[in-house]
Amino acid sequence: MSAPLLQLQNIVVERGRRRVLDVPCLNVLPNEVLAVVGPNGAGKSTLLRTIGLLERPARGSILFAGHPISGNPLPFRRRMGFVFQEPLLLDTSVESNVRSGLALRGVPASERQRRVEEWTVRFGIAELRRRSARTLSGGEAQRTSLARALVLEPEVLLLDEPFSSLDAPTRESLIDDLDVILTTRRVTTVFVTHDRTEALRLGDRIAVLMGGKLRQLGTAAEVFSSPVDSEVAAFVGVETIVPGRIREVSGGLASVAVGEITIETTTELQPGADVLVCLRPEDVIVSDLADAIPMSARNRLRVTVTRVRPAGPYVRLELDAGFTLVAHITKQSLEELTLSPGANAVASFKATAVHLIPHRRG
Amino acid sequence: MDLIWDGVTEALRLIFTGNGYVYEVTFTSLLVSGSATVIALVVGLSIASFLAFRAPPGRTLALSAFNAGMALPPVAVGLLVSIMLWRTGPLGQLHLLYSRTAIVIAQAVIATPVVAALSTAALQGLNPNLRLQVLALGASRWQAALLLFREARLSLLAAAMAGFGAAISEVGATIMVGGNSKGSTRTLTSAIVLEVQQGEFETAIALSFILLAVILSIITLFTVLQQRRPPA
Repeated sequence: MSAPLLQLQNIVVERGRRRVLDVPCLNVLPNEVLAVVGPNGAGKSTLLRTIGLLERPARGSILFAGHPISGNPLPFRRRMGFVFQEPLLLDTSVESNVRSGLALRGVPASERQRRVEEWTVRFGIAELRRRSARTLSGGEAQRTSLARALVLEPEVLLLDEPFSSLDAPTRESLIDDLDVILTTRRVTTVFVTHDRTEALRLGDRIAVLMGGKLRQLGTAAEVFSSPVDSEVAAFVGVETIVPGRIREVSGGLASVAVGEITIETTTELQPGADVLVCLRPEDVIVSDLADAIPMSARNRLRVTVTRVRPAGPYVRLELDAGFTLVAHITKQSLEELTLSPGANAVASFKATAVHLIPHRRG
Repeated sequence: MDLIWDGVTEALRLIFTGNGYVYEVTFTSLLVSGSATVIALVVGLSIASFLAFRAPPGRTLALSAFNAGMALPPVAVGLLVSIMLWRTGPLGQLHLLYSRTAIVIAQAVIATPVVAALSTAALQGLNPNLRLQVLALGASRWQAALLLFREARLSLLAAAMAGFGAAISEVGATIMVGGNSKGSTRTLTSAIVLEVQQGEFETAIALSFILLAVILSIITLFTVLQQRRPPA
């Protein structure tokens, strides 16, 4: 593992007497996209502003490429880019907005023009260059804001829920574009969101922040399949999440290879696409080997029970199906099926219960 | 009505016959009120930036003081500045009483709370995250302040106009600290007062029209600047 680009050590941020952020340790690795998820008021934005050196912590230190940041943060701030939830454009043309940070950072004029052209094209706003920022739609404005940050070619890109104020189609197309850029440019990124799908889509690693504390940090599979506690589980919504690749698609029905296993589902994605296969535990039916399976369940997997854990009104089963599959069943079913660790069973689910999220391979 | 009409014709005559006295008091007015406005802008914008961006403790109290300062009685300011500048006063060594500088000081004291209060409101009206965004783009504190002034230029120019208006239309303090002496500290306003006292109503009305014309021209200039499309 390469040395972290950013290191947070014993960071404490306070508002009055209230402690809003308490992170003993958090490392951001070079070229990774770290998605920070958490409910509203969890301290996500505060964390991002602290990393962006826009808010001074009461205690703790931040290291940038191994150098502790002390004194004037401006030189370090000029190595990062920040995109807020609102576009926060200056009252001037689109082009001047995109150029504004370059001028502040003393990039030579000829270089400025080249980069502005490149990034306005990349974000599909080249036609709008001469337009006043006031006349833009929400999506166009956020594209301008993203171009303004990426044109700086920052070493670290900080994104604070940049899609949350956009309507669904606009959000999708912007996430697609940003995904391509992050994949090809490999910009080290910290991405704050309360949207699980966005986090899965863009994040290489996922950090769960709740009540100002970092509760869990790991890959999507680690965080979503094995949440550390019930609070995290309740927020992320326990899911089976495994990486797979679409093998073939015919008549809207796709075969997805997950290790040795093939899962059938519906998708609009193309064969060959790398995906995360997501399945909610309440959609998984667990039955005896001998039981008849409902005909509409296209997926039927032989599984071994690895773990049984009561979770409030139901029981949470971890099943080994070649990958870890999580299922929720009632206490009655558990008794009827006499399931205990080591027991064999069948897990089935409908093709429509499976949700695919495009995901580049790390 | 005849008196006003005579005043207008007299004003036109004074302007177009190149009357030295009129030009001189107009120049004095513009010089002292212009200087006072510049000082009020520098001090007022600094105070506004501090109050709006740093949000220091006691901001509401300070703002109340500046808001009240917009209604500062010029006569009281004149008296206070006079006392400060008296030969036996704390600033007596500077020998400034009855000089143009004294008028500039008095008018600046009157205009500064106006600029400070209106500018603070203008800067507080900006999205608070905009300052963070500008800093994140790589602005130093100074660059950030200038960029934010530019964003709030409509309201800030309104504050500048209000400050200039308070300065140039002021007369009580001007006479008290300036002494209304011909050739140095006589302004348009103090000249009008003198003409009225001497019963020269025609000249007083003429000077009033000239004062209004000067204010109208300068404020129009500011307004054109304010309403201009943002530079690309």
